[in-house]
Amino acid sequence: MNRDEYQKLVKKMSPKEPKLRNAIVAFLTGGLVAFIGEVIINILMNSFGLARVDSYAWLSFILILFATFMTATGKFDSLVSKAKCGLIIPTTGFAHSIQSAALDYKRDGFITGIGANLFKLAGSVILYGIVSAFFLAILKVAIYG
Amino acid sequence: MMYLKAFIFSGLICLICQVILDNTKVTPGHITSTLTVIGAILSFLGIYGKIVDCFGAGATILISNFGHMLYEGAITGFEECGALGIFTGMLSNPGISLVSVIVFSFIFTILFKAKD
Repeated sequence: MNRDEYQKLVKKMSPKEPKLRNAIVAFLTGGLVAFIGEVIINILMNSFGLARVDSYAWLSFILILFATFMTATGKFDSLVSKAKCGLIIPTTGFAHSIQSAALDYKRDGFITGIGANLFKLAGSVILYGIVSAFFLAILKVAIYG
Repeated sequence: MMYLKAFIFSGLICLICQVILDNTKVTPGHITSTLTVIGAILSFLGIYGKIVDCFGAGATILISNFGHMLYEGAITGFEECGALGIFTGMLSNPGISLVSVIVFSFIFTILFKAKD
């Protein structure tokens, strides 16, 4: 059996991802998170009298609290593996990646474990976000003054 | 109406990302990083602010909002205190996400054990 044949066999035998179902589930869960977010925004604005901009900040705070707590208690992993992008793309995915990295490396100690690996997965988001925002801000300042 | 718009916008972005994830070899890390950069670029072009006005929470819960907040913070900082403001102001808006995620994950990591 040569390499090509082997590759074909692997492709045939590996379980097929239900792409259509994944896409629909991602759409529904991603939309549901936004819907719940909008409900929370309205509660914050109407019951607590917050401005809309402030309630967006509180909303990300609430989502992060929810996602880290659910990940720590072990309920979020199965949800993410079902909903996939529906929970990875919202802020919940960012919190989930940090919390699960921290839990996974807890046994290596506080410094070499949690400290060194906390941003193992989410670090790239922070790195490229800050770098791109920095250069775009420089560009904006250079163009418009 | 806002609920429906938020639902559809956020859902569509998640759907697009899921289709990319299923049909190419990229990892979720690639997608979230790219979305953050796209958010910063859209904010630079002045589009992301309008998206937030139009779709509300549908746009702010996405990770692309992180790039938008970084850029907005840098520009606001520059307007308030000059070149140094780009550095000091950049984390002023997304600071709430960063600080809360670090504090909560630390507390919960101490309180809970990893499940295998």
